[in-house]
Amino acid sequence: MIPGLAILLGCQLVGEVLARSLHMPVPGPVIGMALLFLGLLARDQLWPRAARPDPGTPGLGQVADALLGSLGLLFVPAGLGVVVYGPQLARSWAPLSLAIVVGTLLCIAFTGRVAQALMRRFG
Amino acid sequence: MVDLAQIWVYLARDPLAALTATLLAWMAGLRLAELCRWHPAANPVVFAVAILVALLLASGVEYRAYFEGAQFVHFLLGPATVALAVPLYRQWRHVRASAPAALLAVVSGGAVAAAVGVALGWAFGASPAVVASLAPRSVTTPVAMGIAEQIGGLPGLTATVVLASGVVGATLGPLVLNAARIRDWRARGLAMGTAAHGLGTARALSVNTAAGAFSGLGMGLNALATALLLPLVWRFFAG
Repeated sequence: MIPGLAILLGCQLVGEVLARSLHMPVPGPVIGMALLFLGLLARDQLWPRAARPDPGTPGLGQVADALLGSLGLLFVPAGLGVVVYGPQLARSWAPLSLAIVVGTLLCIAFTGRVAQALMRRFG
Repeated sequence: MVDLAQIWVYLARDPLAALTATLLAWMAGLRLAELCRWHPAANPVVFAVAILVALLLASGVEYRAYFEGAQFVHFLLGPATVALAVPLYRQWRHVRASAPAALLAVVSGGAVAAAVGVALGWAFGASPAVVASLAPRSVTTPVAMGIAEQIGGLPGLTATVVLASGVVGATLGPLVLNAARIRDWRARGLAMGTAAHGLGTARALSVNTAAGAFSGLGMGLNALATALLLPLVWRFFAG
């Protein structure tokens, strides 16, 4: 489990350093996710026998499943920020709530429709 | 004789109380969602936040003091984002064939999300700073805050707006997908991740593994595309 956690933190660390040193607008964890993914693909290319449905690295799959299994919990502390921005939210509640609800739901319907149509056509 | 004030000082200063409260509120949120038979509109994150907001208001503890302790949970969002590479890797054989379609859908979907948010905010007379805070609404919190800062929004307000969008997407998204007759799990996941970032992905992961992998893909691609394109487009229109 610890090796898996070390891999995740290591990828995030490299991602943060890359983002800061190259002034990338993308946050470190997203770069870290790309790095880990490319790393796993590269490993399968270099050592075809290591390829398994599960990332064979000791504990990586376990730690990832544990973290992603409670992904919602990790949003709770930031979610309480609502208390701090309460007054500002109350002042412009109409445009904010409309943009949030209508914008988000339209985006879901649109993305889903486009993705389904494209995937049906191109596999 | 126990000195209650001293205990209170300890609890307010130490992360222990905030951490315990966060975990207990999350467990209560899960239990409530279970009681609602995991209906998509009954989101455990919403329940947990509501419980903790009530606790904070009742006890008079400031958000900043609470966050001092809860930041340990918050910190795990970083490694959890990196961990999204794992379901993507497991599903790579499925994902690979539809990667170009996914990219096109995510970029156009992300553009719709930003454009509709900005148009509605502007039409209903929100201040320019609030409109700029609405633009990066659909991407994951840290990216959105960075973009908002670049285009003249308020990063803190953006964080709240992003989370609200995530909650709306995670709770009402599946109903919208059903109404739009989108049955392909890959398309459903992609839509959830594009519009509702991590919260949508959390929901997608709990329903279907393929949807979860595509949701993580949608979230990552939208974060990349929005971070690269939105500041440029914004500068073009705002002059």
